[in-house]
Amino acid sequence: MENTAERNLIPGMGDEGEQLARGQNAEVQRAPRAAGQSRADRVASKDLADFPTLTGREEDWRFTPLDRLAGLHLPGGDDARLTGPAPVVTVSEHAGVTVETVGRDDARVGSVVTPDDRVSAAAWASFEQATVVTVAAGAEVPAPVRIDVTGAGSAPAAHHLTVVVEENAAADVVITHRGTAVVAQNVELDVRRDARLNVVSVQAWEDDAVHVGAHQASVGQNAHLKHVTVSHGGSLVRLTPTSRFAGERGEAEMYGLYFADAGQHLENRLFVDHNRPNCVSNVLYKGALQGQDARTVWVGDVLIRAEAEGTDSYEKNENLLLTDGARADSVPNLEIETGVIEGAGHASATGRFDETQLFYLMARGIPETEARQLIVRGFLNEIIQKIRIPDVERELTEVMEAELQVTPL
Amino acid sequence: MATLQITDLHVQIETENGPKEILKGLSLTIETGQTHAIMGPNGSGKSTLASTIAGHPRYDVTSGSITLDGEDVLEMSVDERAQAGLFLAMQYPVEIPGVTMTNFLRTAKTAIDGEAPSLRTWTKDVKGAFEALQIDPAFMNRNVNEGFSGGEKKRAEILQLELFKPTFAILDETDSGLDVDALRIVSEGVNRAAQANEMGTLLITHYTRILNYIKPDHVHVLVDGRVAESGGPELADQLEAEGYERFVKASAGV
Repeated sequence: MENTAERNLIPGMGDEGEQLARGQNAEVQRAPRAAGQSRADRVASKDLADFPTLTGREEDWRFTPLDRLAGLHLPGGDDARLTGPAPVVTVSEHAGVTVETVGRDDARVGSVVTPDDRVSAAAWASFEQATVVTVAAGAEVPAPVRIDVTGAGSAPAAHHLTVVVEENAAADVVITHRGTAVVAQNVELDVRRDARLNVVSVQAWEDDAVHVGAHQASVGQNAHLKHVTVSHGGSLVRLTPTSRFAGERGEAEMYGLYFADAGQHLENRLFVDHNRPNCVSNVLYKGALQGQDARTVWVGDVLIRAEAEGTDSYEKNENLLLTDGARADSVPNLEIETGVIEGAGHASATGRFDETQLFYLMARGIPETEARQLIVRGFLNEIIQKIRIPDVERELTEVMEAELQVTPL
Repeated sequence: MATLQITDLHVQIETENGPKEILKGLSLTIETGQTHAIMGPNGSGKSTLASTIAGHPRYDVTSGSITLDGEDVLEMSVDERAQAGLFLAMQYPVEIPGVTMTNFLRTAKTAIDGEAPSLRTWTKDVKGAFEALQIDPAFMNRNVNEGFSGGEKKRAEILQLELFKPTFAILDETDSGLDVDALRIVSEGVNRAAQANEMGTLLITHYTRILNYIKPDHVHVLVDGRVAESGGPELADQLEAEGYERFVKASAGV
């Protein structure tokens, strides 16, 4: 049917199922699925020595330019540490929210995070103090908790942040990264039983920043995590958001938006570990790219373990190439070890502007330039409108407007 | 009164095997206040006619003309055609992620009228149109056509028809995929728009079913890219009884 293709959001993108993209400048590939290469086999350890120095050929580093990591991967050996001054952290004050600066020996620190790559392990080996933000059991925090992380310069540094949302509590948390930094970071999100956490991490760094951040979440029984990343600043930003479940009926929504300009490398590697029965996950990441050597990488791993019966899972990545010279990689991986699930799907599409959308809007009288702007803004807005924190949505809309001024549509 | 005149229209599309002519000398004249039904078997060129009038870039007009009150429609861009008063209710309305119905409707209305609608009356008009077409008001905050069922998408097209008040509406198989209730609701919307704005309607359909709700003044049978026969409403009854076979055979010279 001719119109099947015409209804697609962007070329290669269907309403459902997998239609890996054929878009220009896009490379889409599936990771090899040989024995021993299950995501479940990935090394997880707090000992740096368990992660060999990187060569760039590792499956999880093959898209990352190691020479731009500014030493965050400790190429000098396992005795080296990230000794630069840690970013400055400030947290807004709210009833029901406790903010502490603690040492490495605090039991809450490291209770959720176990590094699963060398930079995360380097951060773990190097940080001296952690910020612990705790939302007390039963508390419903009406205003978003603002955690501002401001870079303290270009010496390679480590950063650790722990957010605990206790039983039955609910909070919005906005982590904003600004300034200049070369930082390896571990963020742990402990969402306890029946709790709700809506966390947004904005990477609004200066142009020269290098940021490699591991976000690991534990989603408790009947708990709800909404995790949103928005990356637009920095020279290289690589995030590895991971959700695991600590009980049944947990839900993890993981959304992301990235806007890469010329020369920028923005990488997102998602992992949803369905390790408990009857949990739900939904992943949607969208990227826009413009300019020479604008580069994005999205890898989405979903693992549905044998014990995770009743899982309902979906992941999707879409990339919009606004100019020549940009490159988006998109690799969805779905491993299913049980057939007793509600659903599991994945989709990926990378392409140019959708002409069918353009025709539709113009056929309603909207001039071409205005129609193009509507479509691109809409593409980006789909993630922003999921945040549901009006101030943050407004701020990010302004940021995207500024980005869109770079390329005339 | 306005006239939409299509004269000796030839249209081709690019295919893998080179260009293929779909419309082969189609002529048709519609005036405001009239309803013309275009009927024909699959592949006869009905949807090509609809898309060509709206200016879809896939369709290449090789000869012939389309004029709206003497103005050359083929010289107009897609948006200019809509601004001039043409509206295509699409067979497969497109989803636009991230653009809410509210935003879309206001933007389109502003573009068509050349000025922003008065806020007070517009809000009332939109609400009224949602009610009339029995669309859940929550859809106003949804993204355009996103997550709408097939029937809901068709209702949303007619919603736009009522709000944008075109001079001529082209309905491209609006009846396809509608159950009986939805067909009635959609048809009532078209009839309201026709009455309220003296709209001319080009109703493209494969089936006679919708003609029980929207009464055509003229019926044209389209076969192999040409109007094979024109008549009054009785022609539709004849088609209902006999099917397209007679016309298809005549066209093939059997």
